[in-house]
Amino acid sequence: MSLRIVVTVKYVPDATGDRHFADDLTVDRDDVDGLLSELDEYAVEQALQIAEDADDAEVTVLTVGPEDAKDALRKALSMGADKAIHVEDDDLHGTDALGTSLVLAKAIEKAGYDLVISGMASTDGTMGVVPALLAERLGVPQVTLLSEVSVEDGTVKGRRDGDAASEQLEAQLPAVVSVTDQSGEARYPSFKGIMAAKKKPVESWDLSDLEIEAEEVGLEGAYTTVDAAAERPARTAGTIVKDEGEGGKQLAEFLASQKFI
Amino acid sequence: MAEVLVYVDHVDGAVRKPTLELLTLARRIGEPVAVALGAGAESTASALAEHGAVKVLTHEASEYADYLVVPKVDALQAAYEQVSPAAVLVPSSAEGKEIAARLALRIGSGIITDAIDLDAGSEGPVATQSVFAASFTTKSRVTKGTPVITVKPNSAAVEAAPAAGTVEALSVSFSDKATGTKVTGRTPRESTGRPELTEAAIVVSGGRGVNGAENFAIIESLADSLGAAVGASRAAVDAGWYPHTNQVGQTGKSVSPQLYIASGISGAIQHRAGMQTSKTIVAINKDAEAPIFDLVDYGVVGDLFEVVPQLTGEIKSRKG
Ligand SMILES: Cc1cc2nc3c(=O)[nH]c(=O)nc-3n(C[C@H](O)[C@H](O)[C@H](O)COP(=O)(O)OP(=O)(O)OC[C@H]3O[C@@H](n4cnc5c(N)ncnc54)[C@H](O)[C@@H]3O)c2cc1C
Ligand SMILES: Nc1ncnc2c1ncn2[C@@H]1O[C@H](COP(=O)(O)O)[C@@H](O)[C@H]1O
Repeated sequence: MSLRIVVTVKYVPDATGDRHFADDLTVDRDDVDGLLSELDEYAVEQALQIAEDADDAEVTVLTVGPEDAKDALRKALSMGADKAIHVEDDDLHGTDALGTSLVLAKAIEKAGYDLVISGMASTDGTMGVVPALLAERLGVPQVTLLSEVSVEDGTVKGRRDGDAASEQLEAQLPAVVSVTDQSGEARYPSFKGIMAAKKKPVESWDLSDLEIEAEEVGLEGAYTTVDAAAERPARTAGTIVKDEGEGGKQLAEFLASQKFI
Repeated sequence: MAEVLVYVDHVDGAVRKPTLELLTLARRIGEPVAVALGAGAESTASALAEHGAVKVLTHEASEYADYLVVPKVDALQAAYEQVSPAAVLVPSSAEGKEIAARLALRIGSGIITDAIDLDAGSEGPVATQSVFAASFTTKSRVTKGTPVITVKPNSAAVEAAPAAGTVEALSVSFSDKATGTKVTGRTPRESTGRPELTEAAIVVSGGRGVNGAENFAIIESLADSLGAAVGASRAAVDAGWYPHTNQVGQTGKSVSPQLYIASGISGAIQHRAGMQTSKTIVAINKDAEAPIFDLVDYGVVGDLFEVVPQLTGEIKSRKG
C-alpha cells in the first residue's frame, strides 16, 4: 500500500528583503519578494528521502497562501514532490496560527495522508506551533523537531535534540512530523526537475471546498490582534577602533567603563 | 484578585530561571498559581513561593518523561479547568510553545508566542514581541478566550515576593492520545559548568572566523574570564566546531543578555535575529565592512587571534 506523505510548505517574504507590516498590521506579502520558506525545504527533503526508501510513496506539497504562493509549490515540485495543493481564498487574509492549522488540517484530511511533514517554524512568523496544532486537530501523534527521521513498517522514529537532553522518539502512523535545519541539506532542483515540475498537477482549493466558513479564518476569525507595530529604532552608532596592537586593551577599557569588569 | 496560571520549567525539582521571571510578569496581571509536573514537582514549591506563587499545583507520573508533550497538555488543561485563570503563561522553549499551542486550541483561546514583555492592559494582557529578526517591535493581545502567552527568557527581572505557595495535588486523567509518541531513549546534555546560553548575563560567541574547533578554546577562555556563556554562529556549528545547542540565531537560541561579544561573525540577518535585542553589543572582526558593526556599541576591526587573547589577559589582570 502506498505511503501518502503531505508536506506543509509556507510562502514567506524574503528575510534578506525589507520585511514590514501592511496598513492593517498584517505581514505585507505584496511589496516584498517571497519564496519557499528555507526551513520548509528541509521538510521537503526528508519527505523525498522517506519516499525514496519506501516501496511505493507519493509526496504532496500543500500550502495555504496568496496567488504567489504557487512559487513555493513549484520549487517543491522541482525538488521532486509528485503533486501540489494550493489553498487560496480572499477570506484567508490575516489568518493566525490557529486558523492556518484549521485550514491545513481540513486540507490534509481531504487529500488523505499517512504522514504529514512540516518545517520547524516559518521564517516570517517563527512561532513553531503549527505542527503541534495539526497533531492536536488531526488526533494523531506529534513527532516534532527532529534532526533525524526514518519510517519503517508503519512506525516513524526520530531524534529530538532538546535543551536538557537528546531524545529518541517513536510513534505509529499516521503522524505529524516536523524537522529542523539539522536534518540534512536540502537538494537543489535539477534542470530535469524544473522541467518536470511544469507538468505536475497543482490543485486549487478554496474555503468552500474545505467546508470552512469565512468567519472561522482571516482577520475576523483571528484569536489575536496586533495593536501596534513600530520599527526598532536604529542602534546609535557605536565606537569602532582599528586594532593597532592595543585593540584588546581598548576593548577591556570599554567593558570596564560599562561595569562589565 | 484573578489568578494567573504559570507553567513551571524545572529539572528534577530545580526551577529554571525563566519560570521565576514569569512569576514577576504574572504578578502584574494577578495572583500566580504555578503548575509543576513530573519527577521532583513538589520540590519546586519553596522557590516558587519565594517568588510569588500563592499556590503550587503538582502532579508526578512517569508519563511526563515517557511520552512527548501531550501528557503535559492534559495536566495543564486540568489545572486550567480547576483554576479558571485570567491568563496562562508558559516559558518560550520549543516544548513550552508546543504545550501552550495545544492547550490554546483545546480551550478555544488565542495564543501569543515569544513575548519579551507583558503588561496588564485595560482589555487584557498586552504582549510585546520582537519580530522580523528583531527589526520591529509589536504589541499584541489575545481577543478570544483566556490569553495563553509564552514568554522568552530574560524578559523580566527575578524578584523576591514571598507568598503562601501552598502545595496542592493536581488531579489529572490522561487522554487516550497521551501515549501516542513514546520517548524510547534519552541522553542528557553534559553540563559545561558555564551559564545557560539563554539565561546568561553575558554571551561570548564565535563564528567562521574562529576557523577550527580547537580555536574555540580562545572564545571559551574569554567567556570564562567574564563568567559568560558560549555561543556560535551557524557557520561554526555547521562546520562541526561547536555543538548546535550553542547556536545563536533564528534556528538556534535567541539571546538577550546585558553584553554580547561576537568574534569572527559577519552579522547575517539570521544571526541578528537571535542577538539583536542584547543590551550592549561588541564585535571583533577583521573586515571593517562586516554588517555586525552596524549593531555594535563598541567594535574592534582586527584579527580575533590577536584581539581576543589580549582582551582575556587584560580582563584577568584587572580582576586580579
Ligand atoms: C533559514 C536559515 C536559518 C539560519 N539560522 C541561523 C542561525 O540560527 N544562526 C546563525 O548564526 N546563522 C544562521 N543562518 C546562516 C546565516 O545566514 C549566515 O550564513 C551565518 O550566520 C554566517 O556565520 P558567520 O558570521 O560565522 O560566517 P561568515 O558570514 O562567513 O562570517 C565570518 C566573519 O569572520 C570574519 N573573520 C574571519 N577571520 C577572522 C579573524 N581572524 N579575525 C576576525 N574576524 C575574522 C570575517 O571578516 C567575516 O565577517 C541561517 C540561514 C538560513 C538560510
Ligand atoms: N500558510 C501555511 N501553509 C503551509 N504550511 C504552513 C503554513 N504556515 C505554517 N506552515 C507549516 O508549519 C510550520 C511551522 O510554522 P509556524 O508555526 O508558523 O512557525 C512551517 O514550517 C510549515 O511547514
